[in-house]
Amino acid sequence: MILPFFIIIPLLTAFLITLISGKKDDWAIILSIIAALSLLVLSVFSFVTIGGNTVVYNMSAWKIPYTICLVLDALSSFMLLIVSIISLTSLMFSIKYIRHLSPSWKYYALFMFLVTGMNGVIVTGDLFNLYVFLEIALIAAYALVAYGSKAEEFEASFKYAVMGSISSILILVGIGIIYSTTSTLTLASIAKVLPERNPQVMYWVGGIFMAGFGLKAAVMPFHAWLPDAHSSAPAPISSMLSGVLIKTLGIYVLIRFFFNVLGAPDIFMTIFLVLGSISILVASFLAIGQWDLKRLLAYSSISQIGFILLGLGIATPLAIFGAVFHILNHAIFKSLLFYNAGTVEMAIGTRDLRKMGNLTKALPVASSTSMIATLSIAGMPPFNGFFSKLIIIIAAVQAVHPGYALIAVVGSLLTLVYFMKVQRYGFRGEELIEKPDVKVGLGMKASMIILATLCVVTSLLVIPGIREVTLESVVSVITGKTDYIFNVLGR
Amino acid sequence: MKQSSGMTLIVKTVTRVSVWLIILYGIYIILHGHLTPGGGFAGGVIIALAFLNLMLAYGRDFIKKWVNISFLHDIESSSAALFLAIGILGIAFSGYFLANFLSGYGTLYRLYSAGTIPILNIVIGAKVSMGLFVVVWALSIFHIDKGGK
Repeated sequence: MILPFFIIIPLLTAFLITLISGKKDDWAIILSIIAALSLLVLSVFSFVTIGGNTVVYNMSAWKIPYTICLVLDALSSFMLLIVSIISLTSLMFSIKYIRHLSPSWKYYALFMFLVTGMNGVIVTGDLFNLYVFLEIALIAAYALVAYGSKAEEFEASFKYAVMGSISSILILVGIGIIYSTTSTLTLASIAKVLPERNPQVMYWVGGIFMAGFGLKAAVMPFHAWLPDAHSSAPAPISSMLSGVLIKTLGIYVLIRFFFNVLGAPDIFMTIFLVLGSISILVASFLAIGQWDLKRLLAYSSISQIGFILLGLGIATPLAIFGAVFHILNHAIFKSLLFYNAGTVEMAIGTRDLRKMGNLTKALPVASSTSMIATLSIAGMPPFNGFFSKLIIIIAAVQAVHPGYALIAVVGSLLTLVYFMKVQRYGFRGEELIEKPDVKVGLGMKASMIILATLCVVTSLLVIPGIREVTLESVVSVITGKTDYIFNVLGR
Repeated sequence: MKQSSGMTLIVKTVTRVSVWLIILYGIYIILHGHLTPGGGFAGGVIIALAFLNLMLAYGRDFIKKWVNISFLHDIESSSAALFLAIGILGIAFSGYFLANFLSGYGTLYRLYSAGTIPILNIVIGAKVSMGLFVVVWALSIFHIDKGGK
């Protein structure tokens, strides 16, 4: 039974780091890398072995109505895999970057809490437990956003904390309504009992959760915290936030709740579509206007989240495949882009695209991997972003949503526009930048190269034979909707 | 006794007596967590309040002199790690995380019952009391640095 270890390993590491590291950060680095590696091994193992099965783990050996249960199915192991990949590369990137910024073991302890929270949200099968882990991840994220201790970072962190608290209150109210109606907090039992008791409550709770978790996912009307928080955080944390946090706390929970618990009611699918379209278009236009590289990337995250929501809202198996694939792809190339931005910021000390120039000589690894990431996110074949966006567009056409297909196409083109701006001014500008004094660490280079390779390799997942053994089981968990009840509770 | 820091002599004298009573009450709440309302968290908060009482009455400098903050910090971290260790022992002995691998159920009026629950309560009590006090301590030594770049 490996399930509880997804929570135990990072949590224990966090506490051990606070215990044994003195002034230096050596032990913290070693321990957290070991933890991230073992989590990666565990999540690869679980993703390979899970197939179409569902594993239910009862904490404290109690039975289901009384226990907090952990549930592992294809969807959660897929999300765990993404979290593990991005957290390992982020840690590799952090070693040199954080030593340059301000070295402290506190960073690694908080990082491990962040991972604990996200893994907990993913594996838990209990609504209130999900809320607790969500708060663990968020509180670690608030602290990590302010890690650089500059005035603007505190401001961003405070804004994030206020918005996060508002959404958490909404979620807590929703949980209260559910508990008062169904007298249970296990997700599967809620799914079973809620339609029998009072189907109207579904719309109330759905609305509240759409706002609450939509705010965590930074869907367009609820996005105001994201550009500040993601651009002020240290680069590896930006990549964790943009790459995985908004997906685990936002998108994953939305999928779990609206598809597996509520059974994907049409009205919420329409809301998904509308919010997704707004996010794609408005965030793209906002991104075009940005000159701060990380702020541009943050707006781009909102627009890519829009693509994922659009795919989920269409709700055909093909569209959901596109959305799931885009979750993976976006995690990879957005993290890579944030590493690139972090490398540039560390080496030449600016994030302003106008002050950058031709970095191909100065930062060869960063500029070449940024080209791969740009092509991926802008949807150029043969990189992974092309396939996921294409699938979402094809699915929209097949499902007779030509308007939404058009929005996705336009969004894709706008993505190309603002990333051409990044390349034109930021990495391949006119003025040749000399080699900087700051040396880019080996870990930083390695993490960028790993993710750039993954940008190409993951596009193989679209090939039918590979797709069947990897992402198809994830899609079937989502399209199976309330089969989740039987998988967890048994028939 | 110098009057320079903290509150008046009356408050200090009362605190000197009441602090021990508050700590005792906190320990009682923690130890009887499996029998009566309360438990690790509630008792831990009460113990933290005892320390807070001491800090309010005698001032920050007194606490700095007499209480080893980094030691409290270590207690806090190690009790959290201990909690996880007990959980892992549950996996080792009974197959599930946090499973009660000692005697089964709680018996009314019996302090030594309910297996691992009292142990977990003690650990949580240590974690919460030290954690809460260290948080308040960190807030009290915090000073604002305006417009740092």
